[in-house]
Amino acid sequence: MNLILKVWRQKGAGSPGRFVSYQATNVSPDMSFLEMLDVVNEGLIARGEAPIAFEHDCREGICGSCGFVINGVPHGPRRGTTVCQLHLRTFEDGDVLTLEPWRARAFPVLKDLVVDRAALDRIIQAGGFISAPTGSAPDANALLIPKDDAERAFDAAACIGCGACVAACPNASAMLFTAAKVSHLGLLPQGQPERWDRARDMVRAMDRELFGSCTNMRECEAACPKEISIAFIARLNRDLVKASFQPRRAAAAAGV
Amino acid sequence: MSAVAALWSTSIGKKAVMAVTGIALVGFVILHMAGNLKIYLGPEHFDAYARGLRALGEPILVHGQALWSMRLILLAAVVLHVVAAVQLTQASWAARPVAYTEKEAVAADYAARTMRWGGVIVLLFIVYHLLHFTVGVVGYAPGQFQEASVYRNVVNGFRVWYVSAFYVVAQAALGLHLYHGVWSMFQTLGMNARGNGFYRGLAVVAAVLVVVGNVSIPLAVLGGLVN
Ligand code: HEM
Ligand code: SF4
Ligand code: FES
Repeated sequence: MNLILKVWRQKGAGSPGRFVSYQATNVSPDMSFLEMLDVVNEGLIARGEAPIAFEHDCREGICGSCGFVINGVPHGPRRGTTVCQLHLRTFEDGDVLTLEPWRARAFPVLKDLVVDRAALDRIIQAGGFISAPTGSAPDANALLIPKDDAERAFDAAACIGCGACVAACPNASAMLFTAAKVSHLGLLPQGQPERWDRARDMVRAMDRELFGSCTNMRECEAACPKEISIAFIARLNRDLVKASFQPRRAAAAAGV
Repeated sequence: MSAVAALWSTSIGKKAVMAVTGIALVGFVILHMAGNLKIYLGPEHFDAYARGLRALGEPILVHGQALWSMRLILLAAVVLHVVAAVQLTQASWAARPVAYTEKEAVAADYAARTMRWGGVIVLLFIVYHLLHFTVGVVGYAPGQFQEASVYRNVVNGFRVWYVSAFYVVAQAALGLHLYHGVWSMFQTLGMNARGNGFYRGLAVVAAVLVVVGNVSIPLAVLGGLVN
């Protein structure tokens, strides 16, 4: 099959970008989207042109590296699918596809379709962890966790940090990502001691990174390749309000 | 920092303020609509209702005290709601300096996408509505507005077709605002235990009640049912 690609090309972070059209000729419907870009890039390299830069690593939908917007939809039209797992059979022969990087102030474009998502890492650093004594491993059954809690924690932990939720959100809000990260620890017993500090600190970090503010549009949920539910956003909202009425952990330990 | 100040300093906290003020405003809008329906009982009932609002709580409260307390609470709610809306909107607009060339709305419905401009229409309507039926300085011939004759004022006010048309449009905007807003309010306050369908249902009921109840009045005046 043949496709026409209109791809955002941008040399570097500071430089202006523009769309350039490319033909993907004689590509197989069984190829993944990224394999198709590999083929296009081989052609570009053979002609002495710069290949289209895009991020990727696992190519099996689990690492969160890949992602760009295809015809106005992050990760393309197939629900619950990263762009590395998206196959060309999703499209029709002759389709014209516009490829654009995630657009958000917090995600500056580094080159072509590659954006800097370190802002998400900084949200994690602010509280996406538990403090646990190191040493001998605890018994696996030392802490019993109700099955429902474990499953909901797993649902939240499925977030691969791709940033499609931010890209899809009309407000460029990172609420779905932050909610998933706050909830997957907050649902488990190991996450309880720092639960309120975590909610507060991660929300503050999210605000500091200049993401927008959620208006419950649900575009994030529709774009998320892991189909993270906005129920976690409701849970984060609840935790943040409760957290505002709790002392900080250090303060609580000091008895103030 | 107090808990409320801490909340206000975060995006989620500001949204919670919008939700809580939203509860007050939705409650008011529903009660107000129900009160408006008394117009169908005739001038005596309707004017007595208007007088009753001023006399509410007497003799424990002085004349007009309950009414003015309500007005101040509502004013505070509107101010907080709008200030939070403006600040959050600015943050969101700044968060995407380069727009997409192509962007598709996959999940957000029309009501969700028009909350901001719909809110502005509702705000303009509130201002007009107060100048019209409460103060009587717009929409009337000189001397036509009589403060004590609320029923007459409503009939005379709505006999001007374009004033009625504006009220109908404003109610449609309010209906859309409630359709998304009431659902959104529960999500913002983290009340999602019953599943989305339940809260969406509440939002539909609130929006339909308010719009149908309120819109019926200008239509009834123009149709000659209320005169
Ligand atoms: C009778 C008047 C009003 C009522 C009953 C009302 C009700 C509500 C409710 C219940 C919400 C949901 C809050 C939440 O998501 O937590 C909301 C959100 C909102 N309102 Fe209002 N509101 C009114 C007037 C206004 C005005 C005058 C403006 C702006 C000028 C405004 C702008 C907004 C915005 C921007 C949102 C956030 C949208 C979103 O969350 O998607 N509203 N409103
Ligand atoms: S919530 Fe979904 S869309 Fe957002 S970063 Fe995680 S996996 Fe990606
Ligand atoms: S490359 Fe790892 S998720 Fe797509």
